Amino acid sequence: MEFFERFAVPHPSFAIYASMVGIALTSLAIVVGLTYFKKWGYLWREWITTVDHKRIGIMYILAALIMLLRGLVDAVMLRAQLAIPDNTILDSQHYNEVFSAHGVIMIMFMAMPFLFGLMNIVTPLQIGARDVAFPRLNAISFWLFFMGAMLFNIAFVVGGAPDAGWTSYFPLASEEFSPSVGTNYYMMSLQLSGLGTLMTGINFLTTIFRMRAPGLKLMQLPMFTWAMLVTNVLIIAVFPLFAVALAFGAMDRMFGTQFFTIGNGGMDMMWANLFWVWGHPEVYILILPAFGIYSEIISTFARRNLYGYKSMVASMVAITILSLVVWAHHFYTMGQGVLANSIFSIATMAIAVPTGIKIFNWLATLRKGKIEFTTPMLWSLAFIPTFLIGGVTGVMLAMASADFQYHNTMFLVAHFHYTIIPGVVYAFIAGLIYWWPKMFGFMLNEKIGKVSFWLVAIFFNVTFFPMFITGLDGQARRMYTYSEETGFGPLNLIASIGAIGLALGFIVLAYNIYWSTRYMPRNIGSDPWNARSLEWSIPSPVPVYNFATLPHVKSSQAFWDAKTKGHNLFPDKVEEIHMPNNSGVPFIMCVIFFIGAFSLIFDMIPLAIASLIGVFACMAYRSFEANHDHGYHIHVKEIEETEERLRGANK
Amino acid sequence: MKMKWTLLALIFAVATALTGCENPLAVFDPKGPQAATLSDTIILTIWIMLAICVVVTVAFIYMLVKYRASKQSKDYEPPHIEGSAVVETIWTAIPIIIVAFLSVVTVVSLKDVEATPKGYENKEPLVIYASSSNWKWHFSYPEENIETVNYVYVPTDRPLEFKLYSYGPISSFWIPQLGGQKYAMADMVTTLHLLADEPGEMWGRNSNFSGKGSAHQLFDVQAVSPAEFEEWVEEAKAKSEPLTEEKFDELLKTEHVGRQTFTGTHLEFSPAPEGSHNMDDMENKEDMEDMEDMNHDMDHK
Repeated sequence: MEFFERFAVPHPSFAIYASMVGIALTSLAIVVGLTYFKKWGYLWREWITTVDHKRIGIMYILAALIMLLRGLVDAVMLRAQLAIPDNTILDSQHYNEVFSAHGVIMIMFMAMPFLFGLMNIVTPLQIGARDVAFPRLNAISFWLFFMGAMLFNIAFVVGGAPDAGWTSYFPLASEEFSPSVGTNYYMMSLQLSGLGTLMTGINFLTTIFRMRAPGLKLMQLPMFTWAMLVTNVLIIAVFPLFAVALAFGAMDRMFGTQFFTIGNGGMDMMWANLFWVWGHPEVYILILPAFGIYSEIISTFARRNLYGYKSMVASMVAITILSLVVWAHHFYTMGQGVLANSIFSIATMAIAVPTGIKIFNWLATLRKGKIEFTTPMLWSLAFIPTFLIGGVTGVMLAMASADFQYHNTMFLVAHFHYTIIPGVVYAFIAGLIYWWPKMFGFMLNEKIGKVSFWLVAIFFNVTFFPMFITGLDGQARRMYTYSEETGFGPLNLIASIGAIGLALGFIVLAYNIYWSTRYMPRNIGSDPWNARSLEWSIPSPVPVYNFATLPHVKSSQAFWDAKTKGHNLFPDKVEEIHMPNNSGVPFIMCVIFFIGAFSLIFDMIPLAIASLIGVFACMAYRSFEANHDHGYHIHVKEIEETEERLRGANK
Repeated sequence: MKMKWTLLALIFAVATALTGCENPLAVFDPKGPQAATLSDTIILTIWIMLAICVVVTVAFIYMLVKYRASKQSKDYEPPHIEGSAVVETIWTAIPIIIVAFLSVVTVVSLKDVEATPKGYENKEPLVIYASSSNWKWHFSYPEENIETVNYVYVPTDRPLEFKLYSYGPISSFWIPQLGGQKYAMADMVTTLHLLADEPGEMWGRNSNFSGKGSAHQLFDVQAVSPAEFEEWVEEAKAKSEPLTEEKFDELLKTEHVGRQTFTGTHLEFSPAPEGSHNMDDMENKEDMEDMEDMNHDMDHK
């Protein structure tokens, strides 16, 4: 009996028990449904074992949308608790668990997979490649992320959720002050998904460097791919560091090492440093792709080439470098003294310069354009004024002296939501709507799309603007309650009402996906937006081999030039295409990873060791398999038939 | 389009409310020179940021109105423009100038708030050790030889040196009306320079999430005239019980307590940690000497 006690939730509530039942019923329904409709084989053959970057991308996005829903539910719970003074919907422990989950899920399990989804689908298509450099590694990346996400999501029903914030600062996160297994979940699930992220970084950097179409130079890459390039450089630079920090943290908790402890030579502030040396570049890992997406969409719907291509690239590179040297601005209040704080202040404010250049270049792209207000364009345009507020408050926060008054307050919370939501969420939604026809061969409904856009764009401000004010009035963040005398009540109520509107906007977005899947027409052709880059030159949805023949590229908007200047993108003759085989090994290996991480969380060392052996066995299997697994070939006739069928519709 | 104007109007309304004096927000209601410096800095930057927002938003709306497709002829073909070195240099230079100006403002104000307030350098500072434990604040007055819990009395017009540390997770010591916040950590002491220039009651808190009870880790701050402060010290000494090691250990274990007063301080049997991460302190000989003196004192006790 004692063995099973560790899996009990230490601080249960009705909502948690209800979730347990809900999760059990949903899982049962999925199993029954798959069995009844005889879809197990389809699921295994077409999705679980796939190494196709497009399918992996779709799975990433699907997971991201589900996690967006979970993060949103968390957010609504937080706002419900803070709506009125001395509220009792959530107690302190639950509030702490919910805001920790909200942060981790939104950053690591919503934004990151959303980014990888779009990166997977679009990058190879924009550079004219047939797949990524290491297709099988790509599958491992996805399944590692997926297992990490699942692991994190079961925490609150098995053993207890992490409750030390998404930053998980030591010594609060140490065994002494957070005795439940919650923080073990944090360490292990982020370790798994972080490993996947690192592999993705290597994979896509290699892809962009080595697999570009004939003639495509680096300075001709579409801006989205440039964003992917610098993003992956950042990933490779900082994720190993995060892996080390997480390993130290996990060992402190599980094996009694003393990296971040109080006393015994441990340094608690070392965690904060390591965390933010990763954590600050991490927010740029999210926002640089967003800048890429906006560049594509604004240029497409302004019907103009992107203004200042070279300075756009230069500013992204500058942001990449600067993002590595500003981490200490997350703790000016640690008492490093005037000199260190001044250096980090100036470095941080310097980021405003390249970011400003980008904003001005987008404005200049709009100039003399012919602007069409499609939904992806609306999301991209709303980004500019909203992100501007996030940006200027960022400069305010960068000033170390003034930061002593903003730090840890709702002002900061308002600031980073003003950067991450318009900067990242708007971008990924815009990108999803923009590339949706390329993924699925039909468009999302524009009318419903606009309803969801206006709901989000308006209620976003209603939710987060009041926080600037309560922050300046002294409302600290992450506090589960406040008294009536503080006077924070009315503005918090407004913020909470805004959160309902915001949630409604996302529900309409989900409804749009459902409605469009059922009713939108399927004969849209390959280029429904009249766009400019290579991915629009091939059929939608994209055939498994992407390009029947490799494109020959001469400019940064190859497809547009082909359309307007009539140069031939595909001069080559169709030849046999060599493709990689599907494989179940990545999935199996990641399930073993999951078991290993789970057993470490619960201190079941023998099982953890067995899992580690299992992982190595999978790797060894691959080493021997590689000798006889040569992939397969698609024959010329089959390619020609596929092309005829897919392109027939739009001729 | 409406949204942007509403937003703009909202920003204006907020800016007016922030700078107005009727019911000022805590950060804009300073009761001492440090908080006043920060309040001025923040208000200055809000105006600069507001100007930036207005300029960019106006340019943005202009582009949207002027170049929208519905306003143009059907056969209009937008031109291909690569960019312009001159124009791009200009809009690189402007942010650089703004950032340079703000850098100066930052460094100057940072120096001010990280030192004894100007004009008070000759006055002997009052040293108060403020230590955080789950989830309380202990205030030790080594010179006066008294200790309080969850409230602090300070004399007006005398520099205050709060020496901060923690008996557990990182906490952040913050009295918004007196100045900015600073971390209290377990393995080092940080110093926060404050000063109250008018009497009054204020609140202070731990603003850093440190576990279950941190929402309630608040304390009262009472700024009184130097004469009243002396009175209070005498009264506290006369009426309170001594703080013994047992009593203190018991107190550390209690999660939430009301105001308490003791004679003696816990520094005698549970001294503050000695480390520092402050690069300036390392070079500051006075502090080193202070620290040595302290060690010396402790060795003898």
